[in-house]
Amino acid sequence: MKYNAVTVTQLNKYIKDRFDEDENLNAILVKGEISNFKNHYTGHLYFTLKDENSLVKCIMFKSYAEKLAFKPTDGMKVMVFGSVSVFERDGVYQIYVKTMMEDGMGDLHEQFEKLKAKLEKEGLFDQTHKKRIPLYPKVVGVLTSQTGAVIRDIINVSTRRNPNVHIRLLPVPVQGPGAAEQIAEKIKIMNEKKLADVIIVGRGGGSLEDLWPFNEEIVARAIYESELPIISAVGHETDFTIADFVADLRAPTPSAAAELAVPDVYELKEKIISYQNRIRQSLKKKIELMKLRYEKCMKSRVFTDPTRNIKDRYIILDTYIKRLETRIRNIQKDKQTRYVEIVAKLDALSPLKTLTRGYCLTEKEEHIIKSAKQLKADDEIKLKFYDGEKNAKVL
Amino acid sequence: MSKENFEETMTKLEEIVTELENGNLNLDESVQKFEEGMQKAKQCNKMLEEAEKKITILLEKDGEITEENFDAE
Repeated sequence: MKYNAVTVTQLNKYIKDRFDEDENLNAILVKGEISNFKNHYTGHLYFTLKDENSLVKCIMFKSYAEKLAFKPTDGMKVMVFGSVSVFERDGVYQIYVKTMMEDGMGDLHEQFEKLKAKLEKEGLFDQTHKKRIPLYPKVVGVLTSQTGAVIRDIINVSTRRNPNVHIRLLPVPVQGPGAAEQIAEKIKIMNEKKLADVIIVGRGGGSLEDLWPFNEEIVARAIYESELPIISAVGHETDFTIADFVADLRAPTPSAAAELAVPDVYELKEKIISYQNRIRQSLKKKIELMKLRYEKCMKSRVFTDPTRNIKDRYIILDTYIKRLETRIRNIQKDKQTRYVEIVAKLDALSPLKTLTRGYCLTEKEEHIIKSAKQLKADDEIKLKFYDGEKNAKVL
Repeated sequence: MSKENFEETMTKLEEIVTELENGNLNLDESVQKFEEGMQKAKQCNKMLEEAEKKITILLEKDGEITEENFDAE
């Protein structure tokens, strides 16, 4: 008996050919839950798709994986589209995934909490990152559906607060597949082209599934990265979405968002008027204060009776002069008395008085001759009488 | 053109009001601040008046964005 054995390689090649010929296996949509997910450093994704009873290996090459709008993780329910083929070396068949989408929402609440925790940890909700909403935005950008109550409410509230408001609507789908990607994309466009000073991103109320785009990571990141301040306005007051946590300001409803974005012009004008009044009052007060100070100065004696001081000084001067005069007079009187005394004394001693009685003075060369011995014959002398003098010669 | 925006002008106006109300300025400075404040108030009012009502919709076609008037009805 002759055994006609084939090699393993031949077997695997044969099976691969069988698979590849099968039209059903060449383009197939499979749903299941991801497990054993591995993001290889080459960029290829390896994982297993399973349901309650079975599992199948999957590979998604980098070129396809790059186009994914979400990050697959273990436990995620997905639909994959691709072909089933055999990996000859290992003798296994697997799905070569071309595209993948999330199947239903799975446990939305769980996903919500998970993403919230993750982004919070990453700091996407940090208060320090929040931008201030400008007081008076020139252009209010609105990202919402073109139809429906939301845009109408926003327009109504905005124009009521500021009849001259400029609202720029960039329409986006707000629910269903692809909505999140669109919203994120449009946020980027608004930023790139600086199409607004503040952006309202929102939609009306709905089920958790309806609101879901606002709970997706791609939207959260777009809001976080936006340089333009963003006000989120999703659903009703009680609805909280991830977008609300990341946004710079959360409005409970779209109408409230319009109130937060658009200032009441009438209020602003009132405010300006009150500032003007306060400025006027302040200046008026200042001037009144100055006037009071001026008046106080003017009431001072220096201004009311400017010569008064001089008059006072005159009086003082006069008394001084009087005292001076008295003093001079007294001194004069004293001196006079003394003079009379001295003259009397002098008079008593004066030789002139003696001369009147018939005496005379003999002088020689201006010297008074007191002794006869002082003279000799022919000396020229002068005889002084009380009433005059005569020259003489000694015999 | 680095023109002050509404908020900056408003902030300056508020600062001037506070400065004047504190009363620490002399008369010359007060008059100067008064004039500056009135000027700022005028600017703010002008900016409010200048704006023009516009409700527009941005339409994307082949990567180009065009702006058209939008009627919500």
